[in-house]
Amino acid sequence: MLSIILAAAAAVQTVPPGEEPVERYTQSNANAGAKPFSGDEMLKAFHGRDGINRIVDDLVDHLVVDKRIADIFKAQDVVRLRRTLKEQFCFILNGGCDYSGRTMKEAHKDLGIQSADVGALVENLQAAMRKEGVPWFAQNRFLAKLAPMKRDTVER
Amino acid sequence: MRTVKTYAVTIAIALLAAASSAHADEMRSGGKLVLTGGVTSVEGAAGGGLATWAVITGNETDAGIGASVNITDVPLTDFNLTAIGGKIGWRDRVEVSFQHITFDTRKAGAALGLGRNFRFDQNVIGAKVRIIGDAVYDQDRILPQIAIGVQYKLANQGAIIRAVGGRQSRGTDFYVAATKVVLSKSLVLDATMRLTKANQFGLLGFGGDKVDRYRPQFEGSAAVLLTPRLVIGAEYRSKPDNLGFAREQGGYDLFAAWSLMRNITLTAAYTDLGDIATFRSQRGAFLSLQGGF
Repeated sequence: MLSIILAAAAAVQTVPPGEEPVERYTQSNANAGAKPFSGDEMLKAFHGRDGINRIVDDLVDHLVVDKRIADIFKAQDVVRLRRTLKEQFCFILNGGCDYSGRTMKEAHKDLGIQSADVGALVENLQAAMRKEGVPWFAQNRFLAKLAPMKRDTVER
Repeated sequence: MRTVKTYAVTIAIALLAAASSAHADEMRSGGKLVLTGGVTSVEGAAGGGLATWAVITGNETDAGIGASVNITDVPLTDFNLTAIGGKIGWRDRVEVSFQHITFDTRKAGAALGLGRNFRFDQNVIGAKVRIIGDAVYDQDRILPQIAIGVQYKLANQGAIIRAVGGRQSRGTDFYVAATKVVLSKSLVLDATMRLTKANQFGLLGFGGDKVDRYRPQFEGSAAVLLTPRLVIGAEYRSKPDNLGFAREQGGYDLFAAWSLMRNITLTAAYTDLGDIATFRSQRGAFLSLQGGF
């Protein structure tokens, strides 16, 4: 009996500290949902990895208290969300990170997300980028990469 | 004239009341990004100032009902055009609009033998349906947001319209609009093809002694999202030249739309509508205030 439990435990992927385990999936940068920018222009506009981390922290802090969408995050692993969002943004902005999260479709499955939720998220992200001092045109270039993900996150 | 305006205001208020009370079970308001519902074009549909766009008015998404009301003033060299109206957007799919337009001839009215401050009025009832595409979110596709629409226009000065060679005092425009936000470049682009017989947007009737058939006309906008709340751009619109007594050319404008608050947008433009009723090169301002949700 113990050996079965041990074998099962070994099959589960390593769970980063503070996070809850998730079902097994194949990790790949292709899961990030967008191709990264080339060059370091965008990374600089976002003030490097530190800037990205500050933006994601500010974004998540606001998402979980935004009355329009806070409910969506109640049952979510926010520690994991913070980590994977940082990886995803860093990967897309060509900051030299790998994305270890699930695909956009899998990560948003059964959350019942509506178009208006995506709008609220974008507004929070815009506010976080503005706070970090990311130039407006760079903000839009980044949003252009994220926008098509709406198709995989919104469920009818 | 006054009663028509009162009627327009009443309809506009009713539209807003209907929209604000329309909270059915799964319906929800808001969610559209600022300025992506467009402002109000001269005939009342969501768009730029001169061009009608494929966007649906209001702040609603596919789960809600939105609406907007506008008051527009276009003081030109010899004339004055004012408009007031409202529109409803349903699930970011269908838009229904009403616009009452008044064209005041001011001093030119006397010169035209109509009397000083003689006014032409027109009601425009419009419907627009988004067919395909999402102007904002489809950033990985070239496909723009495409909508088709109709505008039924009813002008009030039938006798004068016929006297100057106009054929009808009522007419219907049909259009196909394609709108795209190119986020990577912070641009908004629109191209619209309109089938129309309208003389001066319909204020001088439809069809004329020179030409009396539907011909395609182009209207387009190019704008830059300059800040989260400010869009500046230029528009061009061709118009038919149906009447023998006066030439009619295309119009253009240079505009700025400023979102004062989430729900209030002020549009200011420099506009040139070309010749109107033998009066040369009618230029002036275009000012429009829109409130929506």
